[in-house]
Amino acid sequence: MRDEDEFIIGPPNKLMLNLRELWDFRELFYFFSWRDIKVKYKQATLGILWVVLQPVLMMLIFTLFFGQIPGIQPEGIPYSVFTFSGLVFWNFFASCVTNAGNAMVSNASVIKKIYFPRLIIPVSAVLSASVDLLITWLLFIIYLFIKQVPLSSSLFFYWPLAFLLTLSATIGLGCWLSALMVKYRDFRFIVPFAIQIGFFVTPVVYPVSRITLPYVKYLVALNPMYGAINLFRQPIMPQTLLDMPLMIISIVSSVSLLIVGILYFKKTELFFADLA
Amino acid sequence: MKPILEVNGISKKFLIGSQKLPYLNFRDKIFTAFKRSKSSQEFWALQDVSFEVRKGESIGIIGRNGAGKSTLLKILSRITPPTQGTIKVRGRIASLLEVGTGFHQELTGRENIFMNGSILGMKNAEIKSRFDEIVDFSGTEKFLDTPIKHYSSGMQLRLAFAVAAHLEPEILIVDEVLAVGDAEFQKKCLKKMEDVTGHGKTILFVSHNMDAISTLCKHGVLLKGGRVETSGAIQDVVKKYLLEMDRNTLSMEEGIVKFIDIQQVKDSLHLVVKFSGDVEIDYPNLGFSIQDIYGHAVTGTNPLKSEIEFPQFRGAREGTIEVVINSPKLARGTYQLLVWFGNRKGNLFETKDPLQFQVDGMAAEQNRNPRFDGFVLPQCEWNIR
Repeated sequence: MRDEDEFIIGPPNKLMLNLRELWDFRELFYFFSWRDIKVKYKQATLGILWVVLQPVLMMLIFTLFFGQIPGIQPEGIPYSVFTFSGLVFWNFFASCVTNAGNAMVSNASVIKKIYFPRLIIPVSAVLSASVDLLITWLLFIIYLFIKQVPLSSSLFFYWPLAFLLTLSATIGLGCWLSALMVKYRDFRFIVPFAIQIGFFVTPVVYPVSRITLPYVKYLVALNPMYGAINLFRQPIMPQTLLDMPLMIISIVSSVSLLIVGILYFKKTELFFADLA
Repeated sequence: MKPILEVNGISKKFLIGSQKLPYLNFRDKIFTAFKRSKSSQEFWALQDVSFEVRKGESIGIIGRNGAGKSTLLKILSRITPPTQGTIKVRGRIASLLEVGTGFHQELTGRENIFMNGSILGMKNAEIKSRFDEIVDFSGTEKFLDTPIKHYSSGMQLRLAFAVAAHLEPEILIVDEVLAVGDAEFQKKCLKKMEDVTGHGKTILFVSHNMDAISTLCKHGVLLKGGRVETSGAIQDVVKKYLLEMDRNTLSMEEGIVKFIDIQQVKDSLHLVVKFSGDVEIDYPNLGFSIQDIYGHAVTGTNPLKSEIEFPQFRGAREGTIEVVINSPKLARGTYQLLVWFGNRKGNLFETKDPLQFQVDGMAAEQNRNPRFDGFVLPQCEWNIR
């Protein structure tokens, strides 16, 4: 057993991810996510129903107001299906980034009193939001049946890929922001604002084809959710061709976010207890 | 055999002065980026601290507030890294710097046992197998499925300690957590901790309760100003600490109470407390408690207990309260004084660090043995037939 192991507590010097330690603490991921989920819905009378209501209401509102704009209609599918398909991952992304970003500060009392790999906190915030994602996702599939939109079998390739991209971007950004939030509380105000801008910069409620300016589209593709949402839409909009250079930009951006986010987190985590 | 814990030259530096807030401000960062970095003062919370702990040995860490005890515990618990030095650890460490870490008010007792146990490092299976024991120890089985926000604070504490008591690490780090809770529960906790040391486990214990430290630990380390002042047998270390603590006057910059003084004048005690603040105070009230060096109360009171108020004293920002304590007459020895100050609305001040003072020749007596004769001289009429 590892009881006989000898370990050394010393001045910080290395940026190791220490996967073995994360594995040892794997149950804590579950407990933190489980606590977040329990607490989130415990006091709300409608409870888990909110998960269903939120995307449905958003979809209705966007369909009512945006759906009327000429030229916004996507090819081949009803606008409501299109918007819903964007909202599935966008809502997940937005709530994850907000929750994970705040997670270190709101768990400051625990961080100051006990040791465990700090990475568990932002990652668990993402995991707990995954439950909402699954429900919304199922709801979306049901809606596809209602609207009789054919679903291509390519979904077995595109959907997991889209999910992985989203996950990588949210974990990366979540870790990064949670570390920044400990150091600079200003991010508490910056994050909601940035997410609102992000919503309109990402083609969630309008088709990509609306972006016609040549350079702007490269900028838009830097947004990791650009790739994820487009990939997610492929099985319902097979006639739309993916713009490969833009997709690669978006995928690279998503993976880089994961690496940079975790590195920054590891770099600052040792001093969280002193700062928080 | 190698020691289970080897602390080698641990130092910890904090920067003070450069940042007033505990966290940085983005604006400051932007502005300081263009300026030369402001001179920040270095503060060494710990300097070159070394000691060893062998398996099954328990060690008590003592020192005044600010001596570096908490920083040392935080480094040992891996919450914050040392600036210099290393610690070799040969065993599973669990630290209890607080009871109920991670408790959530919305969760039920049952849910919190699992959450808290997991944060403290227990595996799910371990918690399950000890669940009944934990519930039994805490005595909260009736309320297991009630959110703990409906628990009394005592119940929450019992539940929290019950979880912690069922950890099974090789090294247990405990900070002052016993300072709260009722006396009976404290005894139960101490008993549990003694059991733990009896089973070859190692405890590292920080407390102001010298009684608890002396019973639990065989060795002690006395910290002063971030350095090890003495280490060795617990009795010697405790004695040295108590000698150092003597002071019967306390002046403070912050807070509403600025000055406390206790003096023996012939055979009574004179207590003087001065207060001043920014707000007007109506009906000030002062309570005191005189305790032995182990923190057991000898005597204490406040005017409300005798239904005395100071109605004439209203709307002043400062004042002085003098108390002449004529009885009981205390036996010779070292005592501690705790002071509480407040008004009708509630607490305004409480001493965190007790004042320590000597009493000598107050009661005519000879050969008093504090162990049997206590602190006050009885007034008796003796009849022998």
